[in-house]
Amino acid sequence: MSSSVKKKGFGATVWDYLTTVDHKKIAVMYLLGGTLFFVIAGLEAVLMRIQLMYPENDFVSAGTFNQLLTMHGTTMLFLAAMPLLFAFMNMIVPLQIGARDVAFPFLNSLGFWLFFLGGLFLHLSFFMGGAPDAGWTSYASLSLYSPGHGVDFYVLGLQVSGAGTLISGINFLVTIINMRAPGMTFMRMPLFTWTTFVTSALILFGFPPLTAGLILLLFDRMFSAKFFDVMYGGNTIIWEHLFWIFGHPEVYILVLPAFGLFSEIIPTFSRKRLFGYSSMVFATILIGFLGFMVWAHHMFTVGLGPTANAIFAVATMAIAVPTGMKVFNWLLTVWGGSIKVTTPMLYALGFIPSFVAGGVTGIMQATAPLDYQLHDSYFIVAHFHYVIVGGIVLGLLGSTHFYWPLFFNRMLNETLGKITFWIFFIGFHMTFFLQHFLGLMGMPRRVFTYMPDQGWDLFNFISTIGAFLMSAGVILLVLNVIITAIKGEPAGNDPWGDTRTLEWAIPQPIPFYNFRQTPLVRGLDPYWIEKQEGNKEGMVYAEPLGDIHMPNNSIVPFVMSLGLFIASFGALYSPLGVADDSRTWAIPVLVIGLVITFGSMIYRSLKDDHGYYVTVAEIEALEEELYGKKGGNK
Amino acid sequence: MDYNTKFTPQTWPEHAEQATLEGKNKFVGFWLFLACEIVLFASLFATYLALKNKGPAGMEFTTQELYELPLAFGMTMILLTSSLTSVYAMYHMKNYNFKGVQLWMFITVLLGASFLALEVYEFNHYVGLGFTFGSSAFASAFYTLVGTHGFHVSVGLVWITALILRNAKRGLSLYNAPKYFVASLYWHFIDVVWVFIFTVVYLMGVVG
Repeated sequence: MSSSVKKKGFGATVWDYLTTVDHKKIAVMYLLGGTLFFVIAGLEAVLMRIQLMYPENDFVSAGTFNQLLTMHGTTMLFLAAMPLLFAFMNMIVPLQIGARDVAFPFLNSLGFWLFFLGGLFLHLSFFMGGAPDAGWTSYASLSLYSPGHGVDFYVLGLQVSGAGTLISGINFLVTIINMRAPGMTFMRMPLFTWTTFVTSALILFGFPPLTAGLILLLFDRMFSAKFFDVMYGGNTIIWEHLFWIFGHPEVYILVLPAFGLFSEIIPTFSRKRLFGYSSMVFATILIGFLGFMVWAHHMFTVGLGPTANAIFAVATMAIAVPTGMKVFNWLLTVWGGSIKVTTPMLYALGFIPSFVAGGVTGIMQATAPLDYQLHDSYFIVAHFHYVIVGGIVLGLLGSTHFYWPLFFNRMLNETLGKITFWIFFIGFHMTFFLQHFLGLMGMPRRVFTYMPDQGWDLFNFISTIGAFLMSAGVILLVLNVIITAIKGEPAGNDPWGDTRTLEWAIPQPIPFYNFRQTPLVRGLDPYWIEKQEGNKEGMVYAEPLGDIHMPNNSIVPFVMSLGLFIASFGALYSPLGVADDSRTWAIPVLVIGLVITFGSMIYRSLKDDHGYYVTVAEIEALEEELYGKKGGNK
Repeated sequence: MDYNTKFTPQTWPEHAEQATLEGKNKFVGFWLFLACEIVLFASLFATYLALKNKGPAGMEFTTQELYELPLAFGMTMILLTSSLTSVYAMYHMKNYNFKGVQLWMFITVLLGASFLALEVYEFNHYVGLGFTFGSSAFASAFYTLVGTHGFHVSVGLVWITALILRNAKRGLSLYNAPKYFVASLYWHFIDVVWVFIFTVVYLMGVVG
């Protein structure tokens, strides 16, 4: 987007995006892909809420409801929230640390295509005999005996997109360790970079157990292994452990970057440096660490025994301490600041009480004896939507407004943004607040309907109206995007006026090499420091202007992912599977797909890829074209 | 220093694998990849330990009766030696002796292939006894854990062979030094995992 000003044909643009290794373009693709899946999963939620609007409603069947429920959860977590966060990480982290790209641009592209094609594969299940229907947790005792191919789609789709996530996680870790500009020490890194760092570490250690669990389930369903088959000595609890050893860190994988985004928004619009920076960093690391110690609190009712339950209960409550530190640091950043209530700031201010409400109900569930009462009720549904919508979705919507000018060099309409916020915010509380009480009144989660006159009718009705309001909010945001795309004026750099970090110091539109000269970082909030000292350029430089080394574009990541996408169909319809629905073409397709993938891996490793140099003359010509005059950005 | 620089043993840098930014990135990134591989294998080990000797009523196979320590010991020795030969290859890389690198990497591949052949023989033997992949939870867990390791060995063999062939006529450079280094790291990792498999699966299975 921002790196090219020349008009290109449609085909050339598509080819450009298929082959790009530019982190900014990949960020845009993550944003589009994530939004697509976010809208699909949102529609699934609305369909479920319409079904639950009245008692004994027959809007969808019980089987369809199970599919909607499974796909809503799976899609929102794996294919909407994570890619949208990856969009921001890709766009912002290299710019915040003063790098020209991520450490492995090729892998960055590979990660995106694996995610996207894996997600696409999962969604094709709707048209190919039914979506997965065993819940997003897909407990083995259910999923093993699920007829049809739904669960196979779940296993293969998540395996492919999970590989993409893992690759991106490693990429961000190496980027942050190795690619920081001179002076950008670890304790000068902006909080979003820090949370990306810790999140990537969580991905690194959290996703392999999921991979292992999915392999076991795949083997059980397709090659008649007996991991979860009790008749043959198997044990379904193994799946629950592996899933939650991944599943709980996954929650922090999602929420930590959202914390990071708010930690950028709040100081900017309080026009004060972040209160307690080092304690924020410490809290982030501590949350990441404790996140691995608490998985069994999802399994209190399994019967692990009082000792295990007590240990996991205490560990879970301990997470409230670093999270509380963060909340107070945000509050104390706002306290005494010169506050400007823009749309992103509104989201941040709405986030704090909403997220705290979700955290408090979390502590209630951490109390193991109480959890026996709350388990599998609507109270749980209310809790995790308060955390996920109140934390992550508000974070994503707020930073969409905040970072839109960085992505597209346009400002979203502020008035419309504020209206969006209020509609979405009210709708969110309307939907989920009453669900706490539905849970306490005994309504179990995941039911497709309920009997009238149990005192649940009114609350369910109001909850559904809230879901409509949330949809209206999202539609308004989409309208805002369309209006901005048609009528918006170039925003230029630092459109908010009070930004503090390096990503805002770069001239807009951002050239494809990001920084013409590597910047020198002189402290925390480097752009703020330079502005305070009256430096018009916004940066000081660590090197003279010279040739810039850049990576080559490549179609190989796309082909590699496409191979796995094709192979997945072969595996799905293989003659060995549980579903008893094999096709003769299955094995050839499986082989072809794997040959494509491994072939392109070998091609990649045999063919040298040295990248290329952008010469000083080319840099100057491009900058004259972008900004009208040599070397300047104002 | 860039990729086109010509070196002599005297000018060849001390840590050639980390002399370029790309090399440094590969080095750190690969260590992180190995960290996630460790978690993957840890999950499979945990599954194996939970399902060890578990099967349908009247299952005749237990670890004591099934495993043959002499074979496992032989495989261990072969793989440990192959780790040593890959160290020799890295030693020669430090001294800018490309022939030495190629030779010792080739020996590593030979040893790895013979390890793999023995593993295939072992699996084949067990299947012949009726201990098939789907016969019990124990069998599934055993074949998955040891088989995942075997798959890693096969990937390593293809990878190192491709490296040897591709660079046969080109000599060492700062472009391929990190590639050799990372491949040898991977090989060590496979070896370490096997040490755990030998201990947890075979030794603890027969003795414990």
